[in-house]
Amino acid sequence: MSEGQRATIRFSVNERPESVTAHPLRRLLDVLREDLHLTGTKEGCGEGECGACAVLLDGEVVNSCLIPILQVQDARVVTIEGLAQNDKARLLQESFIQCGGAQCGICTPGMIVASWNLLERNPLPTDKDLRNALSGNLCRCTGYTRIFDAIKTASGKLAQAAAK
Amino acid sequence: MTQRLIGSSLPRTEGHSKVTGQARYVDDISFPDMLHGVTVRSTVARGRIRKIHFDPAIPWDEFTIVKASDIPGRNRIALIADDQPCLADGIINHAEEPVLLLAHADKQLLEEARRAVTLEVDPLPAIFDIDDALAKKEIIWGSDNIFKTFLVEKGDVDSAWAEAYAIVEGEYHTGAQEQLYIEPQGMIAQYNPETGITVWGSMQCPYYVHKALMPLLNLPPEKVRVIQTETGGAFGGKEEYPSIIACHAALLARKGGKPVKIIYDRSEDMAATTKRHPSRTRHRTAVTRDGKLLAMDIEFIVDGGAYTTLSTVVLSRGTIHAGGPYACPNVRIRSKAVATNHPPHGAFRGFGAPQSIFALECQMDRVAQQLNMPPDEFRRRNFVHEGDTLAVSQVVREPVNLEQLMNRAFELSEYRIKRERFARENQTSPVKRGIGFATFMHGAGFTGSGERSMGSILAVEATKEGVVRVLASSTEMGQGTNTVFSQIAAEALGIGIDSVEVVTPDTSVVPNSGPTVASRTCMIVGKLVESACLQIRETLMLSGLLRSGYSAQQFKSACRQYIERHGTLRGQSQYATPPGIYWDDDKYQGDAYATYAWAVYVAEVSVDTRTWETRVEDFVAVQEVGRVINPVLAAGQIEGGVAQGIGYALYEEVAWREGRMINNQMTNYIMPTSADLPRIRVYFEEIPYKHGPGGAKGIGELPIDGPAPAIVNAIHNAIGVPVDRIPATPEVLMQAMEGALV
Amino acid sequence: MRSYLPRYEMQAPRDLAEAFELMAAQPGEWKPFAGGTDLMVLLEQGKLAHRKFLSVTHIAELHGIEISSSHVAIGALNTYSQLQRNSMLRDEFPLLCQAARETGSIANQNRGTLGGNIANASPAADSPPALLVYDAELELTSKRGARWIPYARFHTGYKQMDMAPEEIISRIRLPRSGKQWKQYYRKVGTRRAQAISKVCFAGAAEIGDGKIRDIRVALGSVAPTVLRCVKTEALLLKSTGPSRIKDAQEQLAAEMSPVDDFRSNARYRTWVAQNLLAEFLLQL
Repeated sequence: MSEGQRATIRFSVNERPESVTAHPLRRLLDVLREDLHLTGTKEGCGEGECGACAVLLDGEVVNSCLIPILQVQDARVVTIEGLAQNDKARLLQESFIQCGGAQCGICTPGMIVASWNLLERNPLPTDKDLRNALSGNLCRCTGYTRIFDAIKTASGKLAQAAAK
Repeated sequence: MTQRLIGSSLPRTEGHSKVTGQARYVDDISFPDMLHGVTVRSTVARGRIRKIHFDPAIPWDEFTIVKASDIPGRNRIALIADDQPCLADGIINHAEEPVLLLAHADKQLLEEARRAVTLEVDPLPAIFDIDDALAKKEIIWGSDNIFKTFLVEKGDVDSAWAEAYAIVEGEYHTGAQEQLYIEPQGMIAQYNPETGITVWGSMQCPYYVHKALMPLLNLPPEKVRVIQTETGGAFGGKEEYPSIIACHAALLARKGGKPVKIIYDRSEDMAATTKRHPSRTRHRTAVTRDGKLLAMDIEFIVDGGAYTTLSTVVLSRGTIHAGGPYACPNVRIRSKAVATNHPPHGAFRGFGAPQSIFALECQMDRVAQQLNMPPDEFRRRNFVHEGDTLAVSQVVREPVNLEQLMNRAFELSEYRIKRERFARENQTSPVKRGIGFATFMHGAGFTGSGERSMGSILAVEATKEGVVRVLASSTEMGQGTNTVFSQIAAEALGIGIDSVEVVTPDTSVVPNSGPTVASRTCMIVGKLVESACLQIRETLMLSGLLRSGYSAQQFKSACRQYIERHGTLRGQSQYATPPGIYWDDDKYQGDAYATYAWAVYVAEVSVDTRTWETRVEDFVAVQEVGRVINPVLAAGQIEGGVAQGIGYALYEEVAWREGRMINNQMTNYIMPTSADLPRIRVYFEEIPYKHGPGGAKGIGELPIDGPAPAIVNAIHNAIGVPVDRIPATPEVLMQAMEGALV
Repeated sequence: MRSYLPRYEMQAPRDLAEAFELMAAQPGEWKPFAGGTDLMVLLEQGKLAHRKFLSVTHIAELHGIEISSSHVAIGALNTYSQLQRNSMLRDEFPLLCQAARETGSIANQNRGTLGGNIANASPAADSPPALLVYDAELELTSKRGARWIPYARFHTGYKQMDMAPEEIISRIRLPRSGKQWKQYYRKVGTRRAQAISKVCFAGAAEIGDGKIRDIRVALGSVAPTVLRCVKTEALLLKSTGPSRIKDAQEQLAAEMSPVDDFRSNARYRTWVAQNLLAEFLLQL
């Protein structure tokens, strides 16, 4: 069987330049997980409903299962692994542990990426802000209460750190 | 005795790996020469396979193909009745039945190949509902389509009707519910002709998988190794089904000579794997003039799908919980699990109890209404207390104070004030508000003689560095096993939690501490952790290496010395039934569970009469659970269970067509998003249970029993019309209102 | 992921001119691929029938929002997030912004485009009712040039469009009326967020001297295409008196043709649409 069309895509992942040769419709999710071995981003549904595959694409949260790699040309991608290296984002991750925002953990990477993106735009979100902003990240374990507690705790900590 | 760690919200021990994306779930793991595997399934609900076509456009010689005839041992998934084939051999009994397995290195080509196999099937008449199964329109299983029957009798129901002041009847329906763990199911298998089979995967019960692989592959126990990978949610959906995937991956690995990974995509996972049993319950209740229960006649039927799987046990638990926390002198429960040509239904948190408790709690409200009595007053007059007997004639031998739980729940939810206020405001508002509740209990551990028969074993081992390793087959799936076991062990030994390691469940390393189900892990297995650790402590003390009042440092040093002298330092404990527990399996009477958690849940809803959409505005969950080992983790269990219960009550509906689920996508199977849920408020009461670690009871399933009836009772309060089925979608409410106007 | 990628092709033409060349040379061979929130789902399911795509997301001419005194022209590739961020659209065309806010998750709003949504032609889409109420026009462009058509005439049947295979939706234009409209939008779906609608209602009315001078009512999910309820509008313009809401509701039911499906049923859809109409009218 023929291999099909190939395209070479240059983009950055977590501030590192990457170059991948793949079919243009290959999902960004698969490029991250299989070609770049960044398995922190998860596949929960393949249809853009659960948010487990969320990454930041040029600063915006997107579902990587719905992004064809051709459209990532020259773009900046940030994954959960990248956030783990970010001092401020680490405060958010620690809050998740402290507040019980992660149970089975499979939705957690996407949830943290989406929460981080929200905090970047809205540093002091209300409960209502959170409910709406995170409605695209499904969690089956927690009922969301402690996830919101974690984000609010983190936003408090980040505000304190910024004030210093 | 003050507890140092028990009762503390210590952070989840594997939390760091989960929040950084480092935790490794089965699909994150790859082997160099690994093949991918897929399952070719039936397309009709019942029939006979005449022929299988392979489209010649596919290079089939590149593929590993496994059929029923390739199975070296028995073509069965070993579980209880062993009636489910691993691969269909001629006969098809449901529309997702696995027929053929394919493996190839190219995942996409594999999908092409899956499409390129066509089955020629001669259809046979199929059964899709409980009534048709009972009427024996077709015999699709056994001699009468019935997997199991139970009869529970207490007192004399038939003579009670004559004395009744009022008799109230009701019929209640619950639909199938999909567990919808966010990590789809998957397994990796590797076969070696000398050493045997190893499988890694997402699962709750490594020893169930172990038990299933042996007879299928004709291998002895030491040649089968099952390792649990980080599991992204399970809720019962990964109790028995993983055995099937493991068997499939193992067969492909064995035939193909390479490791094989099978990962279900979401649509396959939803359509083909087990779901909660749909149910139909009929109640007939007799009460005295002053609102005391005189008799309950209950018929409880669940739809088991095409094969037995766990239906006998689901039926058992549902039956035992069908009578609720009420002292009723005369009870009859007739229950059945029937076969239909749906993909087999299976374990889902609650395991029969959410179904029967839904019916009971709606019925109790209905009876109260008939008596013109407030529903809480009716409950108050009938709650069990210590010394009363439950429906299965179990004498309650623990302190129970449901009135107090109810009072607390009502205070926290402002039940009375709101009930009054809503009654006034509803008169002029198109959005009606209502508040309702459910009072219930959930038995922890296996039923009756179940724990004794299993005889769970757990071991702990110390290292020279003083690290205590907990060896159990109990799995972490988000509920906190790792952390709770660590807390219990550290508490028992007087050491830091960093000195405890809960070993990854690997059947070649850990003994069988039983499956991670039935709300047993903390209470039953946690107790074994405690006793095994106490053994190690005693060994060290008896050897003179430790004196009472020792420090953590001294413990480390004692371990080192002991191991230098004796080689290993190990403790082992096995489950022993607490004294005084008697259960009669034939009469289905006696001490069904060693202990129960007790709860009162209150739901406040708003119903928009222009669209019949219901929204849960507030939810209060009060429960008595023995001892809370880790408050954050315990509250997390309740919050998550309530969220699933809200989904069960209002949103989650499986759409069936010809025995197949047609809304098998996350877009179309509706689970609540964050925008749909209120803050779920959780409160604990603690009456320490003597035989639980630190006094703890089990709580995993309890929270999913209460929400559906509390919500439906709230809807009834809001719109004045009872609803008898869930999910109580807007369409169902519209129909209920139309029915009421007639 | 069920599709076999070697069967598919996608390229990124440098600009609109190159895209048109390809589309004109082999009409129907190449289809534009925008944000992908619909097409990638079909690809994942193994149900994407078309094989050759032109990725257009980077093409500048299809972006941007141009405001003139008489119109606002929205580039087809504006995402739902971009629509919501535009203050002029929020002020003057709030129904469109509300629809955008209720379409899927934020992650999908960051990728889904208005043009892509229109071309996908789902009768349950959230923006089309708002577009109909606003008398939207579509610019369809090809190698041969551009033409404008009223959006009301674009959908000719279920998944049928008045668009040639070599054409692409390039802009969506909304006339600025300068009047004060009372506007109403409500989507009734399966849940509060990420829901496909069972009924989607958009309405706008201009009131003067206590009477309805102009009124628009549009519905989604109740017919094979999005529906502008012209007969109901006509009735409302004429009628007065206590029975006008009830009469309008009856007329609305007659204009709709909802179906039973696994999400809901025709009776429910009809009844809800009628209630939403009443809710809208009672606010005027």
